[in-house]
Amino acid sequence: MSDLDKKQSAPESAAVSEPTALVPGTAEETFLSVRDLKIHFDTDDGLVKSVDGVSFDVRRGKTLGIVGESGSGKSVTSLGIMGLHQKAKVSGEVWLDGENLVTADPDHVRRLRGRKMAMIFQDPLSALHPYYTVGAQITEAYRVHHPVGKKEAKARAVEMLDRVGIPEPAKRFSSYPHEFSGGMRQRAMIAMSLVNNPELLIADEPTTALDVTVQAQILDLIRDLQKEFGSAVIMITHDLGVVAEMADDLLVMYGGRCVERGSAEKVFYEPQHPYTWGLLGSMPRIDREETDRLIPVKGSPPSLINVPDGCAFNPRCPYADVPKDNLTRTVRPELREVGSGHFSACHMSQEERTRIWTEEIAPKL
Amino acid sequence: MLLLVVSAVTFAIFFLVPRIGGQTVDQLAVQYVGKDANPESVAAVKKNLGLDQPLLVQYYDFVKAIVVGANYQFGPDPVTCNAPCFGYSFKTHVEVWPEITQRIPVTLSLAVGAAVLWLVSGVTIGVISALKRGSIVDRLSMTVALLGVSLPIFFTGLLGLALFTSQWPIWDTIEFVPFSESPGEWAWNLLLPWASLAFLYSALYARLTRAGMLETMSEDYIRTARAKGLRESKVVTKHGLRAALTPIVTIFGMDFGLMLGGAVLTESVFSFQGMGAYAVQAVRESDLPIVMGVTLTAAFFIVFCNLIVDLVYAAIDPRVRYS
Amino acid sequence: MSETTDVTTPDQTANKPGSSAEPLLRVDNLVKHFPIKKGLLQRQVGAVKAVDGLSFEVRPGETLGVVGESGCGKSTMGRLITRLLEPTGGKVEFEGHDITHLNVGKMRPLRRDVQMIFQDPYSSLNPRHTIGTIVSAPFRLQGVQPEGGVKKTVQELLALVGLNPEHYNRYPHEFSGGQRQRIGIARALALKPKLVVADEPVSALDVSIQAQVVNLLDDLQDELGLTYVIIAHDLSVIRHVSDRIAVMYLGKIVELADRKDLYTKPMHPYTKALLSAVPVPDPARRGAKNDRILLRGDVPSPISPPSGCRFHTRCWKATEICTTKEPPLLQLGTGHQVACHHPENADDQAPQDTVLLTAAVAAAEVAGVEVPADKEPAAAADSSAAAAAPAASEGAKTSKSDEDGAE
Repeated sequence: MSDLDKKQSAPESAAVSEPTALVPGTAEETFLSVRDLKIHFDTDDGLVKSVDGVSFDVRRGKTLGIVGESGSGKSVTSLGIMGLHQKAKVSGEVWLDGENLVTADPDHVRRLRGRKMAMIFQDPLSALHPYYTVGAQITEAYRVHHPVGKKEAKARAVEMLDRVGIPEPAKRFSSYPHEFSGGMRQRAMIAMSLVNNPELLIADEPTTALDVTVQAQILDLIRDLQKEFGSAVIMITHDLGVVAEMADDLLVMYGGRCVERGSAEKVFYEPQHPYTWGLLGSMPRIDREETDRLIPVKGSPPSLINVPDGCAFNPRCPYADVPKDNLTRTVRPELREVGSGHFSACHMSQEERTRIWTEEIAPKL
Repeated sequence: MLLLVVSAVTFAIFFLVPRIGGQTVDQLAVQYVGKDANPESVAAVKKNLGLDQPLLVQYYDFVKAIVVGANYQFGPDPVTCNAPCFGYSFKTHVEVWPEITQRIPVTLSLAVGAAVLWLVSGVTIGVISALKRGSIVDRLSMTVALLGVSLPIFFTGLLGLALFTSQWPIWDTIEFVPFSESPGEWAWNLLLPWASLAFLYSALYARLTRAGMLETMSEDYIRTARAKGLRESKVVTKHGLRAALTPIVTIFGMDFGLMLGGAVLTESVFSFQGMGAYAVQAVRESDLPIVMGVTLTAAFFIVFCNLIVDLVYAAIDPRVRYS
Repeated sequence: MSETTDVTTPDQTANKPGSSAEPLLRVDNLVKHFPIKKGLLQRQVGAVKAVDGLSFEVRPGETLGVVGESGCGKSTMGRLITRLLEPTGGKVEFEGHDITHLNVGKMRPLRRDVQMIFQDPYSSLNPRHTIGTIVSAPFRLQGVQPEGGVKKTVQELLALVGLNPEHYNRYPHEFSGGQRQRIGIARALALKPKLVVADEPVSALDVSIQAQVVNLLDDLQDELGLTYVIIAHDLSVIRHVSDRIAVMYLGKIVELADRKDLYTKPMHPYTKALLSAVPVPDPARRGAKNDRILLRGDVPSPISPPSGCRFHTRCWKATEICTTKEPPLLQLGTGHQVACHHPENADDQAPQDTVLLTAAVAAAEVAGVEVPADKEPAAAADSSAAAAAPAASEGAKTSKSDEDGAE
């Protein structure tokens, strides 16, 4: 769409090619490739850089977890992939199954939406239309992409409702969203997303609004369906527990940028960015002996209008002064490979980071 | 519900309206008899109209007359006033209800045509404005809308009359032609009144629709509809507009009901003999039976329209049905 | 508190001052029904049985965690014990005084001792008041003249909760979510309360901010000797902050126990299912997720809760008796109360059933061994568990299949 920030994109391009290294030799498995995606919004208060140069890959049958706090740009990234951002300036590349969606005809992208790529939203009560029956909404999703009659579409919708575990699907077909419980609504939402067998499923905080026992059911369902359809899944959440359970690969976002990326094991066991450490330290854990204190990150997330110079995390980073020459406050750190398929955007040397993690952070977790 | 409200209104009208004029029973009777009032005729009228009865009895008679009709003994022959009977005009001694029924078609024609016009144009403009928010189209139509809301009907109406009957005479005169006589003439003559009424209301509805659309189009379910791959036109009409219309239905019911009670200004500007003009004349002449009759009819229309609104509301929003 | 990592079994309540004293708060058979009215005459057609017979005590200096899913009545409970709501039945005693039906005037002195912190830091602060006004409001309402003047005291309070005292004259919108929650806490602490009831104090906050607030609550308790009742749906947070924990389901307490007891050997099937449903932030545990107990369906409506044990509709152990007879909350271990006809981990069957949860943890540690041991100190610390893991996960499998059979 727009080729903004040309001067910035030059140094970025060096880092852009890296993600392919995630899956060496298995490039055909990569279903979605995002390269240097930027999504900026012009507002009265200034340019909001919601997503500012993010790259990643998602493989077929695998799950990428995107973790971050509110305002980190994780949801906007997913809307950008789907082409659902409104009035935004988008640059970079989004390759879906060999097609660049950023430069593609919007109507073509529309035809891919809901068929090739589908989305599940956080709050199924507000994401489902209150005036239409659940069945009508699923049928509609099917008929957009399939030239079939009402009867056939209904049969398909009932089949999907049944598949996602809604009891008496034929009867519930004519129920309205408000007649469903929270968990059932999210099931219906999933049924709607999957009615066209999408190859990419983006789940944006799919269980945040749900109780923990229902969350377990929904995560289980998503996992089963992924296995069944072999779809690529992007799971966006702030809950490290959920990604740990679902994701093969992990992307940690902060201030609209990717600060760390790698396999879930790498990111959880050998995190290479102080923000990731902060997240791990902030979280009370149910699986460990209770520690005395949590190790929070000081301060609050940055405003996306006024992202700090240099490393976006520097005002909150306890190690901001470790690199010399005030580097963290002046130069934006590139995403560098720190291990096989493991990337981190931090000015500290790998030795320093490894030392800090093993000696100072890990023992306290 | 409908009955309850109408009875409450009847009650209010009966006990409040005569007091507002501040007239005593005798004055009323004198008024009824007219210029040649003398004590005997006044007393006779009081007796005939039941004005000498206690107030509650009068109320009973009043309601009874509306429901089943009444018999009066003015001269040697008894007169039957069929239900719904609101009595006789104090001035002309003509039965009120037939007068009202004569005027309802005028008001109804005016209201229905204008309503269709303002709904269609108002909602369309509102939707376009909301979708093109901040654009020239939006700003222009909202400015015109502001103008429409601020200009009173006697200004736009008279301006229209001046322009199209004398400046560029499209119409020679404008007079009401019943629909049953000639639908074409009916519509043609009503066009200008419709337009001037609709100008005011469509401005209001455009602003309402715009606000409603702006709100619904930012709802999560609109994003869901887009995520399904629906065409934008379908997202707007099927998912956005339907939700945005609910508050408009409510207000429309009110406005339409009110208008059935008489579009006073429009009727007088175009010299139509509608309910509004009738009521104004009656009030000016303190012609109580007519005032009461018109008020009650208008109240009935408003209540009736609101009932329809509730039904429509339930049809639009399933959540209403179950709560 | 000390910075030791290896807090194995500190009996926290025993360490706290005055734990042997009278309970600070005693709740007996507390009931709150919200009537449902219908029709023109507003006839009562039923009631939402939000809280339906709760009995518990809160001891001075401890933190009682209350956990449960939405609709279990935990928030209503919070509003009942702070008397923001009038109980339908039962009794609430604060320091031995019956406060169940005190009117607003009689409650006023009590408001000094009992304060509440709310979930939403955005809506619980008046946007048109400065922080100074908000935090000093309790002084005005109570007619208290703090030593050293209101302004100085408020600034001290702001400093206490980690805010800049200079920000006295700012408005709520100038603060971030975490800071706003600090303001709410400062307001609650203004009158030096004895009991603070916090309803979801961190659930609206981002993870990194959550930790700041949790630590703050922790510090304040140590510093001021506060007693907390913390209501939350997040089991990890509850585990971190609480000394004792009550688990609620459909208006009832199903289990109440010390933290360690509850998390290591839950006795109520619901608690067990709840604990097993929490996603664990450890990718290696993915292999162990089959041990998860997936409850069927949703929580039934509190308008017409199931007969007998309210959990029987979703319980894999339910038998005839569960559908007819309501299990009383019984003491089944030291300080461990359970309302269940077929408790898990009861003394006679403890070894086998505890396996399920610990096995999951242990299995996780085993998988984590791929990571060099020195980088995974937790695993090292728990190496004995790791050694036992293969056997343990076997046990987990069998116990799971037992459950399947029972379904």
